[in-house]
This record gives sequence, C-alpha cells and structure tokens, in this order.
Amino acid sequence: MKSSARITAIAGIVLVICMMTSMLLLRKLDQLRTGSTVEEVLYISSPSLLKRISLGYGGLLADVYWTRAVQYFGGKHHNGAQHYALLAPLLEITTRLDPQLLVAYEYGANFLAPKPPDGAGMPLRAIELAEYGIRNNPHEWKLYYQLGFIYYMELQDYAAAADAFARGSRVPNAHPWLKLMAAQMAEHAGDLQTARMMWTTMYQSTQDQSIKANAAAHLRALQVDEDVSVLETLVARYRDRTGRLPVTFSDLEAAGFLRGTPVDPLGHSYKLLVDGHIVVRVPEDLPFLKKGIPPGYVPPQTPKLLPTD
Amino acid sequence: MAAIEILGLEKTYTVGFWRKKPKLALRPLHLKVEEGEIFGFLGPNGAGKTTTLKLLMGLVFPTAGSARILGMEVNDPRMKAQIGFLPEQPYFYDYLTARELLEYYGQLSGVASKERSRKVKEVLERVGLPDAAGTQLRKFSKGMLQRVGIAQAILHDPKVVFFDEPMSGLDPMGRREVRDLMEQLKHEGKTVFFSTHILSDAEALCDRVAIIHKGELRGIGAVADLTSSVHGKVELVWEGTKVPQSLRTLDAECHVTGDTVRAVIPEARQDVALEALKREGLRLISLTPVRMSLEDYFVQQLKPSDLAVGVTS
Amino acid sequence: MRLVHIASNTFREAVRDRVLYNLIAFALLMSGAAILVGQISIDIERLVVINLGLTAVSLFGLVIAIFIGIGLVSKEIDRRTLYTVLSRPVRRWEFIVGKFLGLAGTLAVNTVCMAIGVFAALLYVSHHFQKADGWLLVALYFIILQFLIITALALLFSSFSSPLLSAVFAFALFVIGCFAEDLRGFASMTQGVTRWVATGAAYLVPNFSALNVISSVAHEQPVSGQLIFYNTAYALIYAAMALCGAVLVFEHRNLK
Repeated sequence: MKSSARITAIAGIVLVICMMTSMLLLRKLDQLRTGSTVEEVLYISSPSLLKRISLGYGGLLADVYWTRAVQYFGGKHHNGAQHYALLAPLLEITTRLDPQLLVAYEYGANFLAPKPPDGAGMPLRAIELAEYGIRNNPHEWKLYYQLGFIYYMELQDYAAAADAFARGSRVPNAHPWLKLMAAQMAEHAGDLQTARMMWTTMYQSTQDQSIKANAAAHLRALQVDEDVSVLETLVARYRDRTGRLPVTFSDLEAAGFLRGTPVDPLGHSYKLLVDGHIVVRVPEDLPFLKKGIPPGYVPPQTPKLLPTD
Repeated sequence: MAAIEILGLEKTYTVGFWRKKPKLALRPLHLKVEEGEIFGFLGPNGAGKTTTLKLLMGLVFPTAGSARILGMEVNDPRMKAQIGFLPEQPYFYDYLTARELLEYYGQLSGVASKERSRKVKEVLERVGLPDAAGTQLRKFSKGMLQRVGIAQAILHDPKVVFFDEPMSGLDPMGRREVRDLMEQLKHEGKTVFFSTHILSDAEALCDRVAIIHKGELRGIGAVADLTSSVHGKVELVWEGTKVPQSLRTLDAECHVTGDTVRAVIPEARQDVALEALKREGLRLISLTPVRMSLEDYFVQQLKPSDLAVGVTS
Repeated sequence: MRLVHIASNTFREAVRDRVLYNLIAFALLMSGAAILVGQISIDIERLVVINLGLTAVSLFGLVIAIFIGIGLVSKEIDRRTLYTVLSRPVRRWEFIVGKFLGLAGTLAVNTVCMAIGVFAALLYVSHHFQKADGWLLVALYFIILQFLIITALALLFSSFSSPLLSAVFAFALFVIGCFAEDLRGFASMTQGVTRWVATGAAYLVPNFSALNVISSVAHEQPVSGQLIFYNTAYALIYAAMALCGAVLVFEHRNLK
C-alpha cells in the first residue's frame, strides 16, 4: 500500500496548506472589498422591491442588513468618518424587511440623529424611522421614548419631545417614567438633571453594547460638567472670602470647602488652573464634554468610547 | 513465478451504523495460481468469490494478508497494465459506442494510439461483435454487454485475465464461444482466473479449481484429482428389463430405460453382480468405473461444514 | 495523459447526456428578456440585460455543476463502471482530478456559449457596444471561478455521500457562501466559544460574495486588478482544497 500512503500524505499536506492559504486570502479579499462593497450593499436601494424579492424570507435578510448596518457604522466610526451616507438606507431596508426588529430603531435614534462624527447627522430621517417603528409596533413604549429622545437631544424641540413621551405613557405597561418626563419637558427641559435621566433610561433600557457605551460616555460627560460647575463655584467663593485664587485643592480643603481631592468619573483627579478654572486631566477618555476641557485641546476625530461601567 | 499468489488474504466488513457488527466475508485465504493455467474459483452465491476478486483488483482493502500478481503488489500500476478484469454483470457508459468505449479503455491501459483502432477492431471480431462497433451501448442486449466486457478485458493483451461469472447472460451458443475463447487464451500463454457457480463449465475448462463456501476455502486441486479420490463404484449396463434378485440387495441403484438396465454398484461387489447376471442369462453391454462428478464433490464439500459451522454472521 | 482522457470522457458524457440543451432554455430566456426590455426602453435596458443575463448564467451553471457533480463518483460506483476503470493502471486520484477537469471544462464551454447570448442580447438593446462592456468578461470569469469551487465541492460530497445528500450540502454551501462576508460579520459580534466556532466556520465556507461582481459591472464600475488576482488565487486554492479532500476520501474507500 506504499503508493497509497504516499498519496494520502501528499493530499493531506496540500489540503492543510490550501486551507491556511485560503484563510489568508480571505482576509485580503475582505480588505479589498470593504471599500468597494458600498454599491453592492445597496444594489437594490428600494426597500419595497427588496421585500418583494425576498420571497417571504424577509426576516433573515433583515438580519443580514442589520449586521451590515452595524459593521458599516462601527467600522466608519472607528476611523473617524464624517459622512455616514448609507446608514439611513441600511436601517430603512432593515426595518422594511422586518418591522419588528426593535434594535434597529434604537440604533437609529442613537446613531442616525447625532451630528458627525458621533452619528450620521440626520435627525429628521431618524424621526421618520422612529415614527415608522411606532406605526408597526404601537405597543412598544421604548419607541416613543426614542422618538422623544431625538427631539430632545438633537432638535431641542421640547414640546415635540413632551408630546412623544405623553403618547408613550398611554401605552399599556409603559414605564411610569414616561409620564414624568412629559411633565419635566414643560419646565425643566434644559436642566442637567433631565439630560441625566434621559441618558440613564437609555442606558438601562438597551441590550446593545455600543448604545450602552455611548450612553455611559454621555453620562460621564454630564457628571464632569456638573462637577466642574460645582468646583468653579467653590473657587469663586474662596476668592470672595480670601481675596485670591486657590493654588491647589489643598487650599480649598484647608478652607473647609472640600474633603479630599476631587476625581472625575474615571478616577483621575481634576486639575486646578491658575486662572481658577477646573479641567480634566485626560480629556481623550471623556468625550462629549461641554465644560472642563483643557484650553487649546482639540478632540481627536474618533471619540473614544470606553466600555460600559 | 506464480501468476497469482494470495497470502492469507482476509476481509471483514463492519455492518450497521450504531452498533457495528463484523461480517466475515473472507477467511484467511491461501492460494497460488501458476502461469498459463486456467483456474476455476467455484462456490455458491455469496461465498466470497466476488470479494476475492475485488481484493485482487484493489477495489476493496483487505483486513489482513496480501496478494501478488505477476510478482507485483495489488495496486501497482505496472501490474495493472498486464491484467484484464471482467466484473459480474458489467454495465458500461450508455452513451458511448462499443468502439468509443474500447478506445477509451485502450487509452487508459496505455495502448499506443497507432495500434489502438486496429486492436479494437480485432478484439470486437474476436468476441463476435464485428458489426456492433458503431452502436451505442445502451442498445446492447445483456449478452452483447457481456461480450463487450470480455473485449475490454483482453484488449490490451494482458498476461492474466480475471473473469467474474463470464458465462452469465449468455445463451448456450455464447457460452460455447466463451469457453473456446478461454481455451485460446490459454494457448496464447495467458493465465485465466475465473469464478463461476456453473460446475460443468469448470469441469470442462479448468486445470485446477478451488471451492469456496461462506468465505472459507474448502478444497483445491486438479479436477481429476478431486473427483478420483472417490468411492469406487462401477456402472453395469445390460440388455432386458429384468433386475436379478441378488442385485437388489447389493446397495445398487438401478434404472430401467427402454430395453436396457443401468445399475451402479460398489466396485467390491462387481464379481458378485457379474455372477448374478450370468446366472440369469442377461447379456452385459458395458462395465464402466464411475467417477464422481465435480458436482458431487462440490455438494460433499459443502454439506458437512454447513452442519459444523451452522448459521454464521 | 490519462487525466486528459478521463476528463474528455467526462466532458463527452455530459454533452451526450443532453446537458447542453440548457443552452436552449437560456437562449429563449435571453431573447425574451431582450425583446421585452427593448419595448419598455426606460433607459435601464443595459442594466436589466446585464443583471438578468449574468444571474442566469450563474444560476444555470450552478444547477448543472451540482446535478452532474454529485453523480460523478456515486453514479460510477452504482453502475459498476468504475470497476473496469480502476482495474487498469489508473490511480484513484487521477480519476477524481480527471472528473473534475471534465466537468469544469463542460461548464466553461457552457458559460462561453451563454456569454455569446448575453452579448447578443446586449447588442440588441443598446445597438452598440461600450467600453465598459469589457468588464462583463471579468464578471463571467468570476462566475467560472465560482463553478470551479462548486464543482470541487460537489465532487467531494459525491465521493462519500448519496446523490440526494450531496445535492443538499452543495446547494446549502452555495447559499451560505453568498453570505460569507455577512457570516464573518455575525461571527465577529459573538463572544467566547461561539465566536471561535462561528469564525472558523465563516472562514471555511466558500466566499462567493467576493466573486459576485454582477451589480457593479451592471453599473459600469471597473473591477480592480488586485481583486481579480486574489479571487483567482482564492478560487484555485479552495477548489484544490476540496479536491484533496475528495482524493483522500476516495483513496480509502472500499468499493463494495
């Protein structure tokens, strides 16, 4: 059986070599393809046509398009893109194929509406998507919440947001928070507390990791904003009392304004500048800040979203 | 050098999907076939004849043991160029004509392209299909397919040919022709190894036979030797229809046919019987020693082991 | 040399088995479509003809590749034609590779004939050829590469499985292979053991998505030379891999 053993050995070795080579080639092919996949991805850009073609297997196809949407946005976001032209169509196709794919609407609310590089900058299309979701899933309170969220965060249209929350609160089994929020919109829309509640709810109500990470980052930013405000108020009071600016936090401590060195949500201590302003030590780790940004600091193209807390 | 040497070739199949049961198809077989002889491989259906042939052709792998043909290993291509094989009830590519099929096989066997068409024509004539060269095989009768099968086995002038049930599907004329062909092959110096369950063919053709039953070799040797080791009976034929009283007691088998009686009696009683016939005044026509036929030998070999082995596998 | 003989015999078998009659059905389809589209003429005739034509080439060929491929070995065993072949100085691996070449050749010829049909239909609706039509040849070349892979896979299944199961496996692998890129995407979103298994599977599945450039060619986009190179290498290596598998199985198979 000698020649048979030889053939077996040769065939076996060649098979293994081919398998490994094919995997390497696949990686190279994937690289080549991500640039050019765009047209193919939306070869059929009419969602209704696609639905008809899918011959009733719309659910599976929706999952495929959903995956593509996530990869598309995730990949581009990672590279700090400023345009996300295909995100809206991808989400629209996904939801047309499977109107009950709730996570797609959630994704739209979080990443379609905000301005680049954090999102596609298309709040109006995000609203259309959310309303489409509501039409198809009228008993999902989260969708009303997401609609209100868009109005609140991106358009600052507090009246419309209140209206959305109110509609949602009428859904059986709605989170009692919706009614509360509707009322909040009337008077306290611009408050930091309100924003905090919005993001907290978003964080708690989602299963998607990237949405959670995004919400967590916003919450940390809000915390910093609050901390910075408080600390700068303390600095002002110190100056009023002593007539000069504190040099270090120990000064404030000695004067009884503080107990211990203040730290930001990530555990780094804040920095007290000579002009009395408070800034964070590691701005790269804290995107979305409105206050506490070190002077002259230019945020990188890609906001760094740390894992959820 | 022996044409075929089988050394302890054994095959056990595992049958079944979950609980694998071993099925013994061939017990360790030892066999030797010399060059230039016609060797018959006999046995009832399912005895292991086809398994043996498949093992020799390298179609099936042995569980143990080995075999050599013309001194070479069973899967040696050099060896395969010098053998021919006719499988049982062969079936060929429907859509080819006989000529195309043989050309294809000739190509695979390494017959030089210059000689191929000539050889194809010759072999078709030899098997009695001179006019069928251009006919598609799907139109062939069973007998014609058998002849094509033989043709492809001898096309490339092999030294050893293996036939599995070569007479199957042939009418008596056809069988006669194949027998003649096999004799011719022997005269050309080729070795012929064929399996069959038709004993009369084996008796007429073979130099030596082997008998196999339920995967086991039960006897091997020249036909004459096998059948002569026998019980010593004589056949008496006499005129008339009368059977002497004394003969009836003699363990005789008497048949009355027309105006003669045939009786088979033990050789030892020969004289007593002759005396009896003379006394009665019956005229003796012939006295012939009776040989056991191969069939008798066959049945004899098979029966005791049926009792001993019982129901196997 | 024996390889060539086995290959040409396989080709002959396919042709006489009336495989090429599928070309008639294809011709009818293309002519019908071309005429229909010519009547409508709302400026997308080229698009429809190319999309329809190339998709038909791909699907017809797929069906042929699978239906003939699955029987390549099993039919010969069932009908015992294999015995007389293997009792000759033909090595088992030569048989497998020869069968592969024969069927691949049949598909290539079939594709070329169909290509003529597509170009004819294109000429009918557009009345002249454009430079961008050259990319159609690349798309057709990629389709042939797909056939190589499918044929090798069908042959692999045929060497150990019944025709029905082989057809199911081959077809399933084709569908999965069309979504291979998405499968890798899915895999990268999972965690732990699932991730390893899914990624492994995603890399083993044939990557047909990269070989499908029908839509970009329809939109007159060029295909990069690099893509051509890597696709060719991938298809050849993947087919070789499947063939090695077939050879390995067949080498050790008892032909009862």
